[in-house]
Amino acid sequence: MIREYKTIREIAGPLMIVKGVENVSYDELAEIELPSGETRRCKVLEVNGSDAIVQLFETSAGINLAESKVRFLGHGMQLGVSSDMLGRVFDGMGRPIDGGPEILAEKWLDINGLPMNPAARNYPSEFIQTGISAIDGLNTLVRGQKLPIFSGSGLPHAQLAAQIARQAKVLGTASNFAVCFAAVGITFEESEYFVQEFKRTGAIDRTVLFTNLANDPAVERIATPRMCLTAAEYLAFEKGMHVLVIITDITNYADALREVSAARKEVPGRRGYPGYLYTDLATMYERAGRRKGAEGSITMIPILSMPEDDITHPIPDLTGYITEGQIILSRELYLKNILPPVDVSSSLSRLKDKGIGEGKTREDHSGTMNQLFAAYSAGKDARELSAILGESALSDTDKLYAKFAERFETEYVGQGYETNRPVEETLAIGWELLSLLPVTELKRIKEEHIAKYLPHHS
Amino acid sequence: MGKIVKVSGPLVVAEGLSDAGMADVVLVGAEGLRGEILTMTGDRASIQVYEETAGLGPGAEVTTTGSPLSVELGPGLLENIYDGIQRPLEEIRKLTGATLTRGVNVPALNRTKKWAFKATAKAGEAVQAGDIIGTVQETSAIEHRVMVPYGVAGTIAEIKSGDYTVEGVVAKIKTASGEVSDITLMQKWGVRKGRPYKKKNLPATPLQSGQRVIDTLFPLAKGGTAAVPGPFGSGKTVVQHALAKWSDVDVVVYIGCGERGNEMTDVLTEFPELTDPRSGEPLMKRTVLIANTSDMPVAAREASIYTGITIAEYYRDMGYDVAVIADSTSRWAEALREMSGRLEEMPGEEGYPAYLSSRLAQFYERAGAVDCLSSDKKPRKGTLTAIGAVSPQGGDTSEPVSQATLRIVKVFWGLDAALARARHFPAINWSSSYSLYLDNLRPWYDKELGEVFLKKRAKAVAILQEEVGLLEIVKLVGQDSLSPADRLTLETAKMLREDFLQQNAFVDIDSYSSYDRQHRLLTLILRYDELARPVINARNQKELFALASRALISRAKTVGADTYVSAYDKISDDLKSQIAAIASGGESE
Repeated sequence: MIREYKTIREIAGPLMIVKGVENVSYDELAEIELPSGETRRCKVLEVNGSDAIVQLFETSAGINLAESKVRFLGHGMQLGVSSDMLGRVFDGMGRPIDGGPEILAEKWLDINGLPMNPAARNYPSEFIQTGISAIDGLNTLVRGQKLPIFSGSGLPHAQLAAQIARQAKVLGTASNFAVCFAAVGITFEESEYFVQEFKRTGAIDRTVLFTNLANDPAVERIATPRMCLTAAEYLAFEKGMHVLVIITDITNYADALREVSAARKEVPGRRGYPGYLYTDLATMYERAGRRKGAEGSITMIPILSMPEDDITHPIPDLTGYITEGQIILSRELYLKNILPPVDVSSSLSRLKDKGIGEGKTREDHSGTMNQLFAAYSAGKDARELSAILGESALSDTDKLYAKFAERFETEYVGQGYETNRPVEETLAIGWELLSLLPVTELKRIKEEHIAKYLPHHS
Repeated sequence: MGKIVKVSGPLVVAEGLSDAGMADVVLVGAEGLRGEILTMTGDRASIQVYEETAGLGPGAEVTTTGSPLSVELGPGLLENIYDGIQRPLEEIRKLTGATLTRGVNVPALNRTKKWAFKATAKAGEAVQAGDIIGTVQETSAIEHRVMVPYGVAGTIAEIKSGDYTVEGVVAKIKTASGEVSDITLMQKWGVRKGRPYKKKNLPATPLQSGQRVIDTLFPLAKGGTAAVPGPFGSGKTVVQHALAKWSDVDVVVYIGCGERGNEMTDVLTEFPELTDPRSGEPLMKRTVLIANTSDMPVAAREASIYTGITIAEYYRDMGYDVAVIADSTSRWAEALREMSGRLEEMPGEEGYPAYLSSRLAQFYERAGAVDCLSSDKKPRKGTLTAIGAVSPQGGDTSEPVSQATLRIVKVFWGLDAALARARHFPAINWSSSYSLYLDNLRPWYDKELGEVFLKKRAKAVAILQEEVGLLEIVKLVGQDSLSPADRLTLETAKMLREDFLQQNAFVDIDSYSSYDRQHRLLTLILRYDELARPVINARNQKELFALASRALISRAKTVGADTYVSAYDKISDDLKSQIAAIASGGESE
């Protein structure tokens, strides 16, 4: 049942009020038809008696209150999905923009998805080798994890994300993989960087791209990541593919949400973001994972830039509470030309413990990982101390720690964007660095592993 | 019957509900989505709906069920996983697959399963509310005690052992007025109201968690309250899981409130594999899970902590020690804020409603050590311990939820991002954390571990405190300026931190540490300090710090459970002889 109304009473920012409507329901999709015949999409945010508050996904420019028609479509926003989406490029609302044919939808799915039953989840535990030591060795990624990259303006998060997409593989499997990429409010150059990367590595044929660029309507950004995730869910749980989802930049998404919230005059939470920002972000992030009885998986790497590198800003803060860890980029390391500049101490993968060890990576992985963390932390302290008091103030052990920290940064972390290290190599470099320290300091590693793996220098 | 006039997210306003009462559960729309009335103005009700409201619009019908939000209490709760309004998620999965579709209504307790009821009371006995009339072996770990429901008293007219479903009548009680009440294995209780008890007592027994920093430094009492605030990545969930695993309580109710789905899956897959060190049974046999993850509807998140604590109170009433662990109360508060915003209430701090602190206080106050309702002469004792995680922005506890929590709880385990970054776990900061139960627990400690225990604890705290000051000096002028005695303090403090407080939840032998073991390990570390302090001087300090036995202490926490007593004794003897040798060597030079 399609109902048309010519009763738009008010337009303010991304919101319209339509009067005298009947049988309109919450979250329903609608279309506005302009006198010129152009149509734009919008959705119902609130119904109050016969008034509907409707949010536009595109610009309100040119909408004539008297002449424009609003059509309610009787369902929520949907995306037509099909395996043919692989290799195609769509705009932020899911319309093809690569000049190719329309997608013949196998089925239409609501872009909001449905919450996953916690009892139906499969715990992620398969090690993904990214070839990046700072991740594989210390902040291990596993299949079905959501692991964001916390970055800042001017930091190379795109290079790191592209490196992960290029190198990531699960050891010992020839897997059926795909990449779903959502550009949310980023520049053409940044988006094009990813496209070129995917082309260079040949991954483009297995990639679905949704692009909402910086000059596209801001409110459309609320739909873009959900389009991308809907496609990912279809490929993962119905077509059995292992999907890597990259969404960049979440900060632009949250700003769009704030814009709508402010237009509705809602009581703001922190920094003007709506009180439901946590729940809203969670309904996206939690769509990553594995399901019992389904072959595929969704591994998610959202990228967000922290305003002023402030990790306590609501966007990174709430994200960190939902995702299973975070990879943090450090401006200090970047300036020292340590690339990729991963700040391993404050980065974290919550699922690493289930993805490493005997049978997954190697028996000594867990112990050396903890030892490297502790040693790097001690090394940084020692370095700080020597900066204040001079090197002579350090004890002999502390001097070794300071040296360890330096070499750890250049050799372990600073591998560059083109090096793809197998996990054995990452572990070997770790042992080599640990051999700088007296054996008595290696308290976190089992003695038998020290005997077996510690290199002996003459 | 009412009709919807407004829909705004999880909030629905309906008119024509004059037959409904405040806080009634209502069924909304054609799918019968469950909701709860929050405010009434005339016949106009504001309703929070526990499911996604997309597709609802004005004109849809709303009917009241006439009763408040209630949970079903009876055998079958343990080992189960429920959502925030007690719908069994495993059953729902069988019906709808991997995702949660709307309007699915499955009873919380299985209606067809039969339980073997063993009557312990006899016909003709006078009973009152709370009296145990029979038992059901609910799981291999827990015997379910069937109690006379609140509000019923009289003489048992009929009672019979046998196999019953939860709705089967196991007994009939004739009340004074001559009416007959049917007693079934299942009873219902409204979640917003605490279950009654006879009397509350002061908590006097420690909750043994097997975590050294908790048990030794900042103990929690059975029947007490504790909060674990910390920024993300500081190990809140690992601490909560450790408590759920190793606490020496009979029943654990774990509430995943607005948290990650995979964390609940982790518990679901891990707990059946782990063995309770006391009963020898799988941990899942004593656990009830409430999971309202962050992607599930927000209003049910608000209800989840009440659902959880009501189930916990029910087991407490049977005379069990129960722990309820809520992760995280901040998400619950945010759900409260979201509904408050949609109701257009005047906000308090940071948009939270003004009643945030009173609601939090009401939740925590439902904990306690009580004499359960019963006519027994000797009171039946039960305890309910409440542990809540708090997730403050950036770990800054000056925000409203943390502050409101700290005004109520007696134990504060402050997690520290700096410790987490150095991989010191559990990352509980020893300077900012506190426990107000030490005085209540003193008699227990003195009796079970001897008066020395609390003295040693005080010594350890003093050394750690001294370290903070000394490290300040080192930062300014370097280590060499310290006297040998101060350097010994630093070394001892380092041992306390690394060899005692640090505990690896992922290493089997270290994940749980008994009180005896904690006591012996602490004694061992302090023994080093005691022996070295009188003899240390500038010449021998290096030698003392490099003592061979110290390396053994650093590995002492992973010595096997059956050999640690002798191993620690040997280290202690070696310490004595080695330090004596260094001391005498120094004199003879």
